[in-house]
Amino acid sequence: MASTKHTLRTPLSRVRGLGSARSGTSHFWHQRLTAVANVPLALAFIAIVVCATGSGYEEALALVRSPLVAILLLLFILSAAYHMRLGMQVIIEDYVHSGAKVAAVIANTFFAVLVAAAAVFAVLKITFGGM
Amino acid sequence: MAEANVPGTRPEDIRPLSPHLQIYRWTWTMAMSVAHRITGAALYVGSLLLVIWLLALASGPEAFETAQWFFGSFLGRLILFGYTWALLHHMLGGIRHFIWDVGLGFDAASRHTLARLTLIASAALTLLVWVIGYAVS
Repeated sequence: MASTKHTLRTPLSRVRGLGSARSGTSHFWHQRLTAVANVPLALAFIAIVVCATGSGYEEALALVRSPLVAILLLLFILSAAYHMRLGMQVIIEDYVHSGAKVAAVIANTFFAVLVAAAAVFAVLKITFGGM
Repeated sequence: MAEANVPGTRPEDIRPLSPHLQIYRWTWTMAMSVAHRITGAALYVGSLLLVIWLLALASGPEAFETAQWFFGSFLGRLILFGYTWALLHHMLGGIRHFIWDVGLGFDAASRHTLARLTLIASAALTLLVWVIGYAVS
């Protein structure tokens, strides 16, 4: 049992358990949460891609804009983009120790958001864009 | 003591480092750990494939035909085959981590079996997906 006698940490800080970065285990937890979600979503994504194999323009439009496929694609995009942002951040923090680390972590977030925004926009345009 | 404070000569700077990766004999768990990270990084870049395909479809018939031509070419199929394996391998590696998360599979035999199963199953599932893909197209 850690005593508060010889530490400057307050009892409240210990109880919250958020550490010096103020985020506690949330990175790890969100990584696992999206990983659990990604298992069925990625399997659905593979099935969708297999269905789209060799399809023409109109067939592909009809496939992507069908509600179940559109919803599964949107969920996969969001969950996978967040998951890959978390994973790449760990890789950056493991290997980049110079001042470039902060720039790399920022660029990582921008890339993940860009991928998600572009893919979500495309699915919504295909579904609601009157194509 | 002034010279002891020059960076590079302080005791904490010249302490021996722990051996790096290449000094160790490769084991299955080590190889699958490295593979998990490499496939994860590959999928990070590979997410652009989905973006390209969806944006092409959203842009119109001509852009879509160009995308379909590329993904149907030999290079395109090779990239998609690699993507399929990376996705399935990373997924199975993740499931291996879920097993460890609940406190199971930590003994040497289980670790070894799980690591080998990850590779065997990812290869088998990749081939299965592509056999189905060719069968339905």
